[in-house]
Amino acid sequence: MNAAIVGIGATDFSKDSGRSELQLAAEAVKAALEDAGLTPSDVDGLVSFTMDTNAEIAVARELGIPELTFFSRVHYGGGAACATVQQAAMAVETGAAKVVVCYRAFNERSGHRFGQVQTAAAANIDNSWSYPVGLGTPAAMVAMFARRYMHEYGATSEDFGRIAVIDRKHAATNPNAWFHNRPITLDDHQASRWIAEPLRLLDCCQESDGGVALVVTTAERARDLPNKPAHVKAATQGSGTDQFTMTSYYRDDLTGLPEMGVVARGLWERSGIGPSDVDVAVLYDHFTPFVLVQLEELGFCGRGEAKDFIRTGALELDGSLPLNPHGGQLGEAYLHGMNGIAEGVRQVRGTAVNQVENVNHVLVTAGTGVPTSGLVLGQG
Amino acid sequence: MIDIEKEAARIAERGECAPRLARDPVNLPMIRNWLEAIGDEHPGYTEVAPPAMVQVWTMAGLHGQRTLDDPLGAMMTVLDEAGYTSVVATNSDQTYHRYLEVGEQLSVTTSLEDVTGPKRTGLGEGWFVTTRSTWWVGDEAVAEMRFRVLKFRPAQKLAPEPEVHQAPQAIRPSVNRDTQYFWDGCNQGELRIQRCGGCGLLRHPPGPMCPECGATKPTYLVSEGYGVIYSYVVHHHPQVPGKQTPFVIALVELDEGVRMLGEFDGEPGVGQRVEVVFTKVDDDLTMPSWRPRADR
Repeated sequence: MNAAIVGIGATDFSKDSGRSELQLAAEAVKAALEDAGLTPSDVDGLVSFTMDTNAEIAVARELGIPELTFFSRVHYGGGAACATVQQAAMAVETGAAKVVVCYRAFNERSGHRFGQVQTAAAANIDNSWSYPVGLGTPAAMVAMFARRYMHEYGATSEDFGRIAVIDRKHAATNPNAWFHNRPITLDDHQASRWIAEPLRLLDCCQESDGGVALVVTTAERARDLPNKPAHVKAATQGSGTDQFTMTSYYRDDLTGLPEMGVVARGLWERSGIGPSDVDVAVLYDHFTPFVLVQLEELGFCGRGEAKDFIRTGALELDGSLPLNPHGGQLGEAYLHGMNGIAEGVRQVRGTAVNQVENVNHVLVTAGTGVPTSGLVLGQG
Repeated sequence: MIDIEKEAARIAERGECAPRLARDPVNLPMIRNWLEAIGDEHPGYTEVAPPAMVQVWTMAGLHGQRTLDDPLGAMMTVLDEAGYTSVVATNSDQTYHRYLEVGEQLSVTTSLEDVTGPKRTGLGEGWFVTTRSTWWVGDEAVAEMRFRVLKFRPAQKLAPEPEVHQAPQAIRPSVNRDTQYFWDGCNQGELRIQRCGGCGLLRHPPGPMCPECGATKPTYLVSEGYGVIYSYVVHHHPQVPGKQTPFVIALVELDEGVRMLGEFDGEPGVGQRVEVVFTKVDDDLTMPSWRPRADR
């Protein structure tokens, strides 16, 4: 695609920001524009999540962005993350806008907590098959997949735990991570309490307050800006057959994420690269089991083989597929996947705190269990 | 029911937690702040810290989190889950072996010493939890503390709760034209599966247009109510309106071929045979749930 991410910005990641969600959004966008070497008056497009409480016009008012020619929101929770960049890239490619900022900001820990039961969500007809029977949290909804996955492939709680250990290891050396200096062992994981069996506390990402913003423009414009651009090599959304939000339980089998398979096919086809060309993988990790399933859907290993693939050490920083060098959402912060895209940009620039050597291509994925999206970022 | 004494024994058996380092070495600015806050004007604390300050050095800070192996945190969680949700510190006995000098790096270890109860107190029924902490400089124990809290159930909640199968705040489904037949069936003790009036496709959850043939004339059949557990979840946290944790939710593959969610009463396993049972929530709502299939 003829588009690049030229600026990234974020607030601090905390458990109690002490400020409004709009302020978090405005701070993140301001920081991203400064990073990009641009000003609010350069911006003519804004994209966010439908779940974000900060309207595009409110963000524009706070920053003094005078006029917008493109504004858009993407559905399905964390599945929107990479799709915001896709929207922005399509907008700058078609000329609908020149500079588009993607943002996501919330007080997800001190305010509205996604980990609690959202009683109001049962008003949705699809949710009326799950919430009233007591299946009302994201952890429990993922646990239903995880149990079947374990049954079919012989994966264990320890296999899930290895993902948490890797993320926390990477977060331990990232000063911006909530779990900076706090690595865990597999024993810690195994000793952590049940949340929704087979998921333990340490299989679940944290809840965070904060904001992240990304500035997208054309590849030509990117050349004149101060930072090395992270080119959008491919961006796609994905929804599968008989798709539900978090509860696609009625398909032939429960061991895959067909919507991520759709994303994978789109990314490889459009970027012209394949799994073996990926230098860093930033995989959405709200719950550990779906990281295993993503490794399989994206073609890094065969069906049911993720548990063995992980044990080879492939996901370590010096492995063949370094995973979430920033610590992911389990270790850095839960920003609905947007902090993972920022990490992808840093890895392409060569400025990450846990920098991987010779990065040509970074794969980033968005929310799992929901209609989702993905990105391949790379050098020019 | 949570066996509090058993949980306490399990936590106590772990012994001391791993040493937790103080965030900063013993330092003069913190000593000054503490003296001002306490109102102690003694001029002597320029090289050594006031002994009673010992606990301050290893406090985790405003946004600190307990470490995973912290025995007090673990015991609090157990008591929270058992309904003893309030806490009050009752006493703290400290022993100081020597003055701490500016620049010394402290660490602390803690073990669970004792949990006694349930006791009736003025605040409500509760358990006394006693921990023992030791502060270290290197290998040298420099201070100790026995710390006791009362974890209690606030008194106004002691009245017996009415016997209801599910609490009245249970989450209710929303019902529309496409789904009304299903909930009507539950109220009449029938487990209904949508059947396409055009091609006969069975489908759950239902919808207004058949994805196979495009017909918009759904009918239904009444399921025999038998199936097997395809997958399941044991839900522990957080609390769910109308449910008592832990509880099991099973995804059941009915013999007719469709899958359906419901609460399961029993010890679950993938592949286990189950049968439907209808649980009346109130006059307007009956939920299908599952139980192990009786041998026949």
